[in-house]
Amino acid sequence: MPSASAPLSLSAKDFKSDQEVRWCPGCGDYAILAAMQGFLPELGIPRERIVFVSGIGCSSRFPYYLNTYGMHSIHGRAPAIATGLSVSRPDLQVWVVTGDGDALSIGGNHLIHALRRNVNVKILLFNNKIYGLTKGQYSPTSEIGKVTKSTPAGSADYPFNPISLALGAEASFVARTIDSDRKHLTSVLRAAADHQGSAFVEIYQNCNIFNDGAFDVLKESETRDDYLIRLEHGQPLTFGKDNQFAVTHPAGSFGLTVQDAAAADSAEVLVHDAHAEDPAYAFALSRLAGPDLRYTPIGVFRAVQRSSYDELVRGQVGKAKEKSSGDPEQDLAALLNSGDTWTIL
Amino acid sequence: MTVPKHVQRLDRVVIRFAGDSGDGMQLTGDRFTSETAQLGNDISTLPNFPAEIRAPAGTLPGVSSFQVAFADYDILTPGDTPNVLVAMNPAALKANLSELRKGATIIVNTDEFTKRNLQKVGYASNPLEDDSLAGYDVHPVALTSMTLGALADHPVSKKDAERSKNMFALGLLSWLYSRPYESTMAFLQRKFAARPELVAANKAAFSAGWSFGETTEGFAVRYEVKPAHMKPGHYRNITGNAALALGLVASSVRARLPIFLGAYPITPASDILHELSKHKKLGVTTMQAEDEIAAVGAALGASYGGALGVTTTSGPGVALKGETISLAVALELPLVIVDVQRAGPSTGMPTKTEQADLNMALFGRHGEAPVAVVAPQSPADCFYAAIEACRIALTYRTPVILLSDGYVANGSEPWLLPEVADLPDLTVSFAQGPNGEDGKFYPYLRDPVTLARPWAPPGVPGLEHRIGGLEKADKTGDISYDPANHDFMVRTRAARIEAIDVPDIEVEDPSEAATVLVLGWGSTYGPIGAACRALRQRGFAIAQAHVRHLNPLPKNLREVLGRYAKVVLPEMNLGQLAHVIRSKYLIDVVSYNQVRGMPFTSSQLESMLEEVIKNA
Repeated sequence: MPSASAPLSLSAKDFKSDQEVRWCPGCGDYAILAAMQGFLPELGIPRERIVFVSGIGCSSRFPYYLNTYGMHSIHGRAPAIATGLSVSRPDLQVWVVTGDGDALSIGGNHLIHALRRNVNVKILLFNNKIYGLTKGQYSPTSEIGKVTKSTPAGSADYPFNPISLALGAEASFVARTIDSDRKHLTSVLRAAADHQGSAFVEIYQNCNIFNDGAFDVLKESETRDDYLIRLEHGQPLTFGKDNQFAVTHPAGSFGLTVQDAAAADSAEVLVHDAHAEDPAYAFALSRLAGPDLRYTPIGVFRAVQRSSYDELVRGQVGKAKEKSSGDPEQDLAALLNSGDTWTIL
Repeated sequence: MTVPKHVQRLDRVVIRFAGDSGDGMQLTGDRFTSETAQLGNDISTLPNFPAEIRAPAGTLPGVSSFQVAFADYDILTPGDTPNVLVAMNPAALKANLSELRKGATIIVNTDEFTKRNLQKVGYASNPLEDDSLAGYDVHPVALTSMTLGALADHPVSKKDAERSKNMFALGLLSWLYSRPYESTMAFLQRKFAARPELVAANKAAFSAGWSFGETTEGFAVRYEVKPAHMKPGHYRNITGNAALALGLVASSVRARLPIFLGAYPITPASDILHELSKHKKLGVTTMQAEDEIAAVGAALGASYGGALGVTTTSGPGVALKGETISLAVALELPLVIVDVQRAGPSTGMPTKTEQADLNMALFGRHGEAPVAVVAPQSPADCFYAAIEACRIALTYRTPVILLSDGYVANGSEPWLLPEVADLPDLTVSFAQGPNGEDGKFYPYLRDPVTLARPWAPPGVPGLEHRIGGLEKADKTGDISYDPANHDFMVRTRAARIEAIDVPDIEVEDPSEAATVLVLGWGSTYGPIGAACRALRQRGFAIAQAHVRHLNPLPKNLREVLGRYAKVVLPEMNLGQLAHVIRSKYLIDVVSYNQVRGMPFTSSQLESMLEEVIKNA
């Protein structure tokens, strides 16, 4: 069906659709959209081979604003729809755009199963820790005690940690980035696009109307360097304004800890290994940050290779097709006439 | 010593094999059916089993049965009452005795009539020893011990030897009704290929049963049923679920599109998933999804990508898929939803049949979300109904609900195999370029006849566009909140379904004098047809018409209904189609209902229709 691709000389402009963008002024989604439009040309994939599938929520309007193929579907179901598309169309690059309510509440089941299957889709979860489109109820990533319209006395549920959840769901690629850091965001999108199989990217995104400033400590110049741990594969896990902190693995502990870099034996300082087969390390990293966001790792937590669901399913069909006569009508006739048949003259 | 036997010719026989869930009655019935089909009889089958895989042994809830009717003429149902009951234990006897007429043959496995087994089902005394079976032709056979005896020299465990007793029963019945056994021998060879000792044991048990029939004085008469006069051609016996799966494969071949099936296991639809998963050679992709919603979502995603997207389920699954079906209505993409109906609400009686999902199929979605609805009328017809559902989905870019049910799904009948070239050509064309006079692509610019929009899977340069569940502007498909546009789009989506070309409904009335019409839909075709035949043989005039397309209804239906003084509509629900007919045509149909998890019997319909005719 797809024709041979024309030589590509695309720019961000080519990926802008003719639709007026209708997010609130100041919404973090604008920055993500701009970064995506800026990044897509470097993929070298023609527009017609790219599909964005979304669910419901503010983030899920994303496909309307990109001049690729796109489907704005229903609440929580984008990973399921994208699975059917991706498995049947290996020539496409399929992205899922979702939010904390869409992916983790109503669509939680589809998210974890897409990740465990390792479907070849890139899932971008815009996490603003609030319901925006329904006007400000708490979400499954809101901190416990969150006072919102639906929880005037504070929410009574504990939040999900999306990175921990994705790792628990056997995701082969798990990363986190921030809406306002275009350079970092772009580098994570690039890594996700390069990954074969499911790529899960949590993007901290500011909802300036209902949950403004949720990630300010990670963005403001006075705090960000002491709060953020920038994960780089093969690099030691040291951070801080003056590189004064180090991530270490204390003996006898299952988890990781942050300590004074000067006091740490250099042999104790962990070197980031995104390709570690054992997900326990990435999981421990995902547990470092507390509710105050201090020690929030961003970057690629985990990137390991395993066959995608798409490849395995298509491989089975392909292998079976080797036994085909090459004429589907002949194969069909043989199938219809199989089993115990008899003839009436 | 072989006792010379008298051979008596019969025109029709109904046998019910009944035993414990673990006794292999479905397999026994299936094999007997296959042998019978080879002989050229017309056949119709009715499996009936509990939802529990192994209910406590020897209890009434654990009874599983398989009924097969075969005749030397064409038959429409598996029969109302068995002529022969094979009861493998007291529970099987007790559960089925009330459905036998006096004079019926009962073959019982006496080995299971122990004090404990009798107590389990509440028999105060052994019915084989008191006079409670007086008037029946009872044949006590020590099935288990004779099987064990026959296999004494075989290197199999006692348990495996005991499990072969169903083959002893099959051998006996095969002898009694002069069935050819070659296909069963070949089947056993295939089934136990990995364990040659079981092949030998099962064959030996079968032979022992056959020889027992030949030698015992208990059976003085052997029967034969001559082949039926059926249309010449190649036949195979097929269940509705298998025929439906093959119909989907055939549609895919004739549409030159790969099938993508998204499914979640559910009784009684799972066999369609099992069947389709075997046909990867023909490009079939099956996905066992995490839930019903993902199953239909993945199918819709595949349809969006240009595949024939299908999801198969039963009523509870359709309820879960409702939101996605509505999305497919808004996206105007082809999607086939198979609902193999079972008794509800909720879990209901999963292995029992019902037609109570019609309302849900017609109306069970949010917003104005009409879809096409098609129902098969017999097991083999599931093949053609599936093709019709695919044709409508592909031509009109719409979800189609195919309403099968447990009766046609698990029942079987001979199927005259079609030539592939005679099947409808379902070739579709995808959008390849701009369709607007201004050189632009309009994803919601419609075909003037079908009102279908272009099917534009990703991959074509220049046609990049976005679709979604938000209301779309006519032609462009852009998001629109314009009141007039919404009104227009709602009416257009409805008009698109109404525009589907549906064949006129045909009426069968050989007398051309009937004043009463019996209308039906779906699996009631068999019992209604058999009742009409019986009435006509007795001199009554009655007309029969059967609805295949439930939405839209055939254009001539109003005129047809208007011709008759009375219209009777039997349904396995509380009158769901009757409700539609009354409101749409203002005709006061006589609604006749039953929701017992079992199909109507033809005699029950015959007496009901006779009353209506007499009072018309």
